[in-house]
Amino acid sequence: MTTPAVEHVNQLPGEQVDPQAHHELDRTWTPAHGFIGWLVDTNQKHIGMRYIVTAMIFFGLAGLLALAMRIQLAFPENNFLSADKYNQFFTVHGMTMMFLFAVPIMEGFGLYLVSLMIGTRNVAFPRLNAFGYYMYVFGGIFLFTMLFLNTGPDVGWFAYTPLSGPQYSPGKRADTWSQMITLTEISALVGATVTICTAFKQRAPGMTLNRIPIFVWAEVITSFMIIFAMPAVMLASGLLAMDRLVHVNTHFFNPAEGGDVLLYQHTFWFFGHPEVYIIFIPATGFVSEIVQTFSRRRIFGYTALVLSLIATAFIGFGLWVHHMFATPIPLLGRLFFTGSSMLIAIPSGIQIFCWLATLLTGKPQLKTPLLFVLGFILLFVMGGLTGIMQAAVSVDRQLHDTFFVVAHFHYVLIGGAVFPLFAAMYYWFPKWTGRMLNEKIGIWNFILLFIGFNLTFFPMHILGLQGMTRRVYTYVPETGWGNNNLLATIGAFIIGLSVLVFLVNVIVSRKRGEIAGPNPWGAPGLEWSTTSPPPTYNFLYVPTVDGRAALWDQTKDTPVIVGLSHDKREVLTTTLLDARPDHRYELAIDSIWPFVLAIITSGCFIAAIFTPWAIPVAAVLAFIVLGLWFWRGNEPKFLVERLKATPGAPPPEVQRTFAAPNIVAQLKPGQT
Amino acid sequence: MRKVFQQRSVTRALTCIALLRVSGCRGKQNVLDVAGPQAEGVAHLWTGFLIVMSIIWVLVAIATARAAFKCTTQKLIEPPLPHNPSQNKFLTWVVGSLVGVTTIILFAFLFGEFFVARSASAMSQDVNALNIKIIGHQWWWEVQYMDAVASNIVMTANEIHIPTDRTIQLQLDSADVIHSFWAPNFEGKKDLVPGHPTLMWFKASRPGSFRGQCAEFCGMQHAHMRFVILTEEPSKFEQWLADQRKSAPDPKTDEQKRGQHVFMTTTCIMCHSIQGTDAGGLVGPNLTHVASRTMIAAGSRPNTVGHLAGWIMDPQKIKPGVLMPQHTLTPQDLRALLEYLETLK
Repeated sequence: MTTPAVEHVNQLPGEQVDPQAHHELDRTWTPAHGFIGWLVDTNQKHIGMRYIVTAMIFFGLAGLLALAMRIQLAFPENNFLSADKYNQFFTVHGMTMMFLFAVPIMEGFGLYLVSLMIGTRNVAFPRLNAFGYYMYVFGGIFLFTMLFLNTGPDVGWFAYTPLSGPQYSPGKRADTWSQMITLTEISALVGATVTICTAFKQRAPGMTLNRIPIFVWAEVITSFMIIFAMPAVMLASGLLAMDRLVHVNTHFFNPAEGGDVLLYQHTFWFFGHPEVYIIFIPATGFVSEIVQTFSRRRIFGYTALVLSLIATAFIGFGLWVHHMFATPIPLLGRLFFTGSSMLIAIPSGIQIFCWLATLLTGKPQLKTPLLFVLGFILLFVMGGLTGIMQAAVSVDRQLHDTFFVVAHFHYVLIGGAVFPLFAAMYYWFPKWTGRMLNEKIGIWNFILLFIGFNLTFFPMHILGLQGMTRRVYTYVPETGWGNNNLLATIGAFIIGLSVLVFLVNVIVSRKRGEIAGPNPWGAPGLEWSTTSPPPTYNFLYVPTVDGRAALWDQTKDTPVIVGLSHDKREVLTTTLLDARPDHRYELAIDSIWPFVLAIITSGCFIAAIFTPWAIPVAAVLAFIVLGLWFWRGNEPKFLVERLKATPGAPPPEVQRTFAAPNIVAQLKPGQT
Repeated sequence: MRKVFQQRSVTRALTCIALLRVSGCRGKQNVLDVAGPQAEGVAHLWTGFLIVMSIIWVLVAIATARAAFKCTTQKLIEPPLPHNPSQNKFLTWVVGSLVGVTTIILFAFLFGEFFVARSASAMSQDVNALNIKIIGHQWWWEVQYMDAVASNIVMTANEIHIPTDRTIQLQLDSADVIHSFWAPNFEGKKDLVPGHPTLMWFKASRPGSFRGQCAEFCGMQHAHMRFVILTEEPSKFEQWLADQRKSAPDPKTDEQKRGQHVFMTTTCIMCHSIQGTDAGGLVGPNLTHVASRTMIAAGSRPNTVGHLAGWIMDPQKIKPGVLMPQHTLTPQDLRALLEYLETLK
């Protein structure tokens, strides 16, 4: 990401800018220039922004696939797409939206913002973080390359066996599915690990567990869900890959050899349902932050909101069977999952009530982010209510796998996650670039998205009741589905237009937008205390926190922390519960090895489609590269020299130590 | 609650209004155009959901609209409001009661679902049920009317005749991948999972012609895996079943004889059966009474001579990817074959 011409001035109220410290920190933390510098970069803001930009590109690509499908369905027996193309398109659309857009963009926001919100200089494990991004982008490139080679998966984003097995999907299409899933899930697991460790160990002193911003809570809870859910889908895709792989040919999912196809569905949906909440929970984090800032009041029900998120995460793992209500499973089991599926409405309801209570008792100010949040409430509640209908087994057996479900989950995922995402873009864009997005274009973006969205997806409820099943590439005229499908197609193009309007807004505002300043919204989060865009080291001094709304609760005497080295990439670690200063921790410097390891790992997955020998070969190579990764002192000169202490800089005040906090960090009162 | 449900016309009317009558409620394949007791129970439960959920949504929308109208659009950002503990106490009470109401509503629907599911499963005890075996294939439905006497078993495809007011027990199984049997006017769908044969029950309450289709993605031609259910008075159904038990009539004219010869000497015989002839293939649909069916190609085209000719010559054009190959018959052979197939009533 290139930064526009906005001066890096730390504008903490009343603080004297310290040019010497700024110069030293900048030298230590700024990555090397040029393409190599770009590849070795481990700065969390750069990695986070790469995630966000890459995910938006995939969002656009998957959106184009959706438009092609909508053209095909606009009229009965249309011939725009062949059955073969349509099946590839709906599969890749689903895979991209789930694995290459929704999850990565939510993690990207987390990787960019969490360290700023908790007041630290970089995430834990910066090299691992870079590795995760490269895995993700290689997975995405792999999928779309295969699609352009007419080898895109055509078995649905769920790839049910035995359809995806070797007998009914010969060729390499289903292999593309299983390898791409495993690739991108590694990236998700990496991101989750980084986020949890950062949020638990690097918070600014004073940010106790019950003062963490709700968005950071949302990212932490999501990350825990990822850690429990992703291994399940990697199991499913891994076993499927082994069933399909030449010379291996296991029979895990082959009923003819005693394998079980329902086993596949259980492992897939044990991931697949939590996945929805992995996407939705960060979105609720956006909403909580935005509602608080624009209501001009502290969020009502902080504890209830955080506990709701945790409850959602727990219950989210207990209702995967509602995707399998039509399969031959016992009635009593199905009723249990009806109960648990309805139960999850309660934490979601608590959140809606708390946000509405905050808005109604505050002094809300209507800016674009809040506009998107209001739209979110209307659409998400609708999607949630149709979800409750489908929790009932007998109703679900009528609506399952029809366009009613398509309508439902687009209301939940677009209404519930993409609207908050746009809100978050408008909200944090000033922090990223130093310039505001245009409010007037923003309103048009919202209006078009809201109208287009409802025009596309509301008629689908009716289509579902009229018996239109999902994943059909065409339909006969006698069904009477033509009118509603045409409406949906028109709506889809309006959605496309609104995304174009957003793109124009971003391009125009990055160059010519109003200068934002550090805190254009008067927001309470720590990320708003540093410059826009933030310096590479985030904060000149590590801040301390007095309350949940950090900047609103700040007083004149709120101290900052000094004493971290300027010539090492040091961060302050704090205790898990109370965020008391614990010790200084030196992060690894930039390195090319994450990139190399990502090439080897993804190359292994892709080559394993053709030969199992890829796995042992890549294992040896990966072992060597990991050795180089962890071997301190082998870093190239041009990276190390950047970190050499500037002549005249004071030596570090204390050595790296695990001793008592008062030695490690000195409080410097009166500095705010 | 039962009393409300019994006013069928009221709920039907409400549902229709809710659907804005965009294309009317009486389609051929429709969840709300009920033709059996299960679908009726579900439609009632659904209507209950629709009414309650609509009320909830309207209330939330009103609250959201109030918040929106409360907003100021001034450019200046105001300072944050101070803490207000008494207001928060009041809000806690309000939000707490709303959560309580939500819980009660959810429990009401949980019980509603329990009773609907229980009454639907009561049919499984019926010993006089008509037993039909449905086997899913890529991309057509094999239908077998079971009978204790093996020679009385009737085999047909894609078109299911059933008597009204008699419990139908379907034995569901799949020959290849997962399919899902869905006749929305009668009952919810049930998956045909290879390795997990299963049962479902339903009843038809009125005569008519209804459509259904596969609801689980099953490969390239999933979209064209449809079927027809014809519900008939019991006497008419028994007559149909007796006719189906008969073997195919022998060809009478020379043209028909030539047609049969074409059938037996080209690829047709490798996949299809015609009872009473040498054709015994089990890969494709049984054609013993193919001329009596209303649709061909799993509900894709009406069963007319023209469509049948097109289907035989180039099935890949109508259903790309279908397992039936293209044929190169001379026009004379094709005409004779069609003539013969038309006799298979």
